[in-house]
Amino acid sequence: MSGDPDRSNLKPLSLHVPEPRFRPGDEVDFSVVEVPAAGSAPRPDTHDEAASFSGLAYSLVRVLDDDGQAVGPWNPRLSPDRLRRMLRHMALVRAFDERMFRAQRQGKTSFYMKSLGEEAVSVAAAHALHYDDMCFPSYRQQGLLIARDWSLVDMMNQIYSNRADRLQGKQLPIMYSVREAGFFSISGNLTTQYPQAVGWAMASASKGDTRIAATWCGEGSTAEGDFHSALTFATVYRAPVVFNVVNNQWAISSFSGFAGAEATTFAARAIGYGIAGLRVDGNDALAVYAATAWAAERARTNAGPTLIEHFTYRAEGHSTSDDPSAYRSAGEPNAWPLGDPIRRLKDHLIAIGEWDEDRQVAMDREVAEEVKAAQKEAEKNGILGHGLLQPLDSLFEGVFEEMPWHLREQRQQMLAEEEASGRPWARKG
Amino acid sequence: MNMIQAINSALDVMMARDDAIVVMGEDVGYFGGVFRATAGLQARYGKTRVFDTPITECGIIGVAVGMGAYGLRPVPEIQFADYIYPALDQLVSEAARLRYRSDGEFIAPLTVRSPFGGGIFGGQTHSQSPEGIFTHVSGLKTVIPSTPYDAKGLLIAAIEDNDPVIFFEPKRIYNGPFNGHWDRPAENWSKHPAGEVPTGYYRIPLGKANVVREGEAVTILAYGTMVHVCLNVVAEAGVDAEVIDLRTLVPLDIGTIEESVRKTGRCMIVHEATRTSGFGAELSALVQERCFYHLEAPIERVTGFDTPYPHSLEWAYFPGPVRIGQALKKILKD
Repeated sequence: MSGDPDRSNLKPLSLHVPEPRFRPGDEVDFSVVEVPAAGSAPRPDTHDEAASFSGLAYSLVRVLDDDGQAVGPWNPRLSPDRLRRMLRHMALVRAFDERMFRAQRQGKTSFYMKSLGEEAVSVAAAHALHYDDMCFPSYRQQGLLIARDWSLVDMMNQIYSNRADRLQGKQLPIMYSVREAGFFSISGNLTTQYPQAVGWAMASASKGDTRIAATWCGEGSTAEGDFHSALTFATVYRAPVVFNVVNNQWAISSFSGFAGAEATTFAARAIGYGIAGLRVDGNDALAVYAATAWAAERARTNAGPTLIEHFTYRAEGHSTSDDPSAYRSAGEPNAWPLGDPIRRLKDHLIAIGEWDEDRQVAMDREVAEEVKAAQKEAEKNGILGHGLLQPLDSLFEGVFEEMPWHLREQRQQMLAEEEASGRPWARKG
Repeated sequence: MNMIQAINSALDVMMARDDAIVVMGEDVGYFGGVFRATAGLQARYGKTRVFDTPITECGIIGVAVGMGAYGLRPVPEIQFADYIYPALDQLVSEAARLRYRSDGEFIAPLTVRSPFGGGIFGGQTHSQSPEGIFTHVSGLKTVIPSTPYDAKGLLIAAIEDNDPVIFFEPKRIYNGPFNGHWDRPAENWSKHPAGEVPTGYYRIPLGKANVVREGEAVTILAYGTMVHVCLNVVAEAGVDAEVIDLRTLVPLDIGTIEESVRKTGRCMIVHEATRTSGFGAELSALVQERCFYHLEAPIERVTGFDTPYPHSLEWAYFPGPVRIGQALKKILKD
């Protein structure tokens, strides 16, 4: 107990800093990614104790097999009509993304975020939830709005911050807020929506409502304190909420290892909280649907929250401001072992004789036309690149319910500035 | 009533009127809060309307934002204002901006109650005055009462308000007005007129200051505990000062301030919070901008020092009678 301890036989400590398997120029080999056979994961009863099926947090719920067949206990047995609608919604998301990405490149708006490769995550979830359940999305769940058949023109108006933007240009493009479609206002601060979803769900439960909440974040932002606060609250009060972690492997340029993926799965985060955890093939629309429906039923019957990790891949950059070729191998998107979600659902529909390549081509053409027409319509209301489109007064509206004197004074100052500037929009307000 | 009882009464009156109001926070339920401000409410209104929470301030405020978006009116308690920092992002980026960013589709009608301020030997973690952090944020209102009567009326107005309100309760005066002399016996609210609090509903509108003492020689702007310390210093020094209790910092009652400074020609600002970038700086700038030609002396700021709040040297740190008295002499010199 006295003197300095003798550590002479210990090696010096070393710090582990994670490194992704592949960098630009590397050959990609995803054989280390374990992909269990479709249909192999057991499906517990929705009222089973979370601890009794903790293995599901480490495996992968998959329904669609390599032959396009839906197999195993998680097969949601959806009607061909539902499957075709899901396929169409996913195709619509992809077409929408494509056109809005181009619109950004053309200088029509400041910013856009595609969800290429992860369309199933939000579209299939939207199909499995009730329309009046409240979604607390992150910024890559445009599929929720599209699958709820929300107006593409309305979404584009927001992206363009134009005259018809329901948010009056107060938010970044794609930071939608659509109360009527159960789509909560998106925040750019990561995972802040998690405890908010829990609060909404707790309120619904305490009011004896039947609606539940669902929320989404990326795997990188599971590191945020809000994530852990939300899970604690959810387990404590058994809140009727579905947590979704979209593990698309990349948080801008940081791979999932920087959120702890080297040590465990993200679904396993649930285990420490006593919450049901499922790890799901996020490129398998049927698996996403089945898991979401299962979790929603669990929530709706007071059996508590569920955390679903959607194992998927972000095939494009993080946003229009990102260049993924600078940090990851160009071969990754094509080598991704879980394939493309749209192709997989298409193959399934064809395999069960409910679809064919011609109809697929026709559908793709249709959705492209639909998006194009919506864009034309939206651009009639103006685009961001064309200067100020909202009434100037709107800048000061909505900070508070009623405008206090200091904002009224600042508004007067701004109007005087604009008048003095002689800028064309100064006299519009 | 003392201030805690007045706050309890405000919550009781409002919870009885509106079943959308929920009270939440660490220890607020069964036990009734470490200061007992929520005592008895759970027994009266049930566990789903008054409940204990996990120890996660970010979670408490985040959950309250979601409840507000649903249609409830949460009154979360942060046990000490010193613990509000983990919730800062939910307050600053979420609650404060939800109405603006969704153009009114969603609102966060929270009233965040939190005991604040020093003078109770609370050390660094039970003494801070972080109001300046919140007054800097667009979209938040900041309210600080100085008497039981005001505490009840202002809290009722805050709960009825559809914007997020930070409601800081000066814990040094929970039990009675504090004259700044820590070595003398404390007065009790039961002997003070502001301790006479009606049991029913009444409200004091946000954004209206209170001229607690009329005078001609100097205008003193203060809030919370400092109102009482200033009143005492003025009385002891025999100075004809006008003392204004701001009551709400945002929205601020600029009219009352301007009118008073134009009359007295002198302005002194007193707060417990650290000086640099404190709310006193804002007040000083406003008075200078609007009343410069009426001023007969430089504006004086009396504040806490720019150090963390000390434990054993608390009374050297606290802006008490000596510091305020010297500033008074200085501003009245010419």
